Amino acid sequence: MNLRRRYLRDRLMVALVYLGTLLVLLPLLFILGYVFVKGIGALNWDFFTKPPAPPGEPGGGMLPAIVGTFVIDLMALAMGGLLGLGGGVLMAEYPEHPLNRPLRLVANVLGGIPAILMGLFAFVFVVVPMGGFSAFSGSVALAILMIPIIMRATEEVLRILPWELREAGLALGLPRWRVTLSLILPAAKGGIVTGLLLALARAAGEAAPLLFTAFGNPFISFDPLGPMDSLPLKIYVYAISPYEEWIRQAWGAALLLALLLMVTNFLARRALRRS
Amino acid sequence: MEPLRMETQNLTVYYGKNAGVKNVSLPVHDRKITALIGPSGCGKTTFLRALNRMHDLNPIVRIEGRVLLDGEDVYAAGVDPVVIRRRVGMVFQRPTPFPTMSIFENVVAGLRLVGVKDRERLAEVAERSLKAAALWDEVKDRLNEPAVGLSGGQQQRISIARALAVEPEVLLMDEPTSALDPISTQAIEDLLTDLKDQVTIVIVTHNMQQAARVSDRTAFFLNGDMIEYGPTERLFTNPADERTEAYITGRFG
Repeated sequence: MNLRRRYLRDRLMVALVYLGTLLVLLPLLFILGYVFVKGIGALNWDFFTKPPAPPGEPGGGMLPAIVGTFVIDLMALAMGGLLGLGGGVLMAEYPEHPLNRPLRLVANVLGGIPAILMGLFAFVFVVVPMGGFSAFSGSVALAILMIPIIMRATEEVLRILPWELREAGLALGLPRWRVTLSLILPAAKGGIVTGLLLALARAAGEAAPLLFTAFGNPFISFDPLGPMDSLPLKIYVYAISPYEEWIRQAWGAALLLALLLMVTNFLARRALRRS
Repeated sequence: MEPLRMETQNLTVYYGKNAGVKNVSLPVHDRKITALIGPSGCGKTTFLRALNRMHDLNPIVRIEGRVLLDGEDVYAAGVDPVVIRRRVGMVFQRPTPFPTMSIFENVVAGLRLVGVKDRERLAEVAERSLKAAALWDEVKDRLNEPAVGLSGGQQQRISIARALAVEPEVLLMDEPTSALDPISTQAIEDLLTDLKDQVTIVIVTHNMQQAARVSDRTAFFLNGDMIEYGPTERLFTNPADERTEAYITGRFG
């Protein structure tokens, strides 16, 4: 009797868990599904190969924004990755270092700052002194966004490694930096790559930090010191425009961005599983 | 009088305010095996780690007294701990193969990572070290396989081979067999006896039979004090201190 009630309760709880999962998944599926339906029509050969058409005219594409996304994000990953990795390694491997406490504070504060302020920061400290909008300044804003994410991810994966591993290296008469470089970092490679990719995916979806830094550019540009376009920027500008064709292309760009981020996330997870 | 390879003089190790090792003066004879025994928490591992400056990374640890290696204080100003650890190697309680490296790379890690590139020399060192660690026959056909694929006992012998590869003068072993099955334990004990001619060994062990089997001299620790030290046979058959006797006859610990 009692046992039957317990089975019943068990089934009820399992059903509730499934229901909860479904409720969480619904918005995701809805967003992706909606973006797909609205955006798939805009994805054609011109979309990937042509610069934008003048306002109101049909046709044109996203090539400058696609190129710019890669250029800006990769520069940001290089800068943010280097600093974030350095900070994470310092926090995990040199816990007694005096820079540790300020670094942790910076990571926590940076992690809580809205993305648009990163753009503002880059505007004040990069755009104004350098005298103009540039892809580089956009990368700086995105890099600042990435740093706390990469730092925390790096610190976490390094801390998972047993402390004995470091001692084993030191006991061989290896200097500490050599232990970090040749024993610890290779052992944590998968987790570190995951952290980098997740930070990249996070930053690549941001339009706000680029508004007054990379600024946007209707022409293909590879010049890091000049204005450059980017998919999130294009989505923002096109979506609030009055032109039907642009709004349609904004959906296309949104779909493309979503796909790119999904691929990045997928790669990140695979890197983690491999390690 | 046999020559001393190492010696501590009034060594005290503080963890914060507490002394984990109190005023211990212990001679370590050249090319002999010195065993440190005592119940859990008695300070024997803390003492061992002080010998090659493994406490350096822990900011709350403070060392007083002297640790001499060939008559020179390893804690003296200007002494590089890296150099000390190169001369005084260590094998830990749990096997610690480097996870990203093959068996071969593990064994020669201490040489390769400081820039030794000569393939022939590395191969020669690997073979010699693995033979010394009684592992050569078991792994000689799969040197390029990952070391983490080996059994626990084999991994521990990899750790020993790796420590031997840099040719330390002293080898510190912190309960090297406590995580191993009896057969692997036997293999490592045999190996200790074989190694004796080449290297001075200080071994911490929980297992009194092990100390009695392999060591030449034994020190008994209790609550951070070294209670008694002497030739192993004498200490086990005719202990001078009643606490030593109580411990080795199994009345506590």
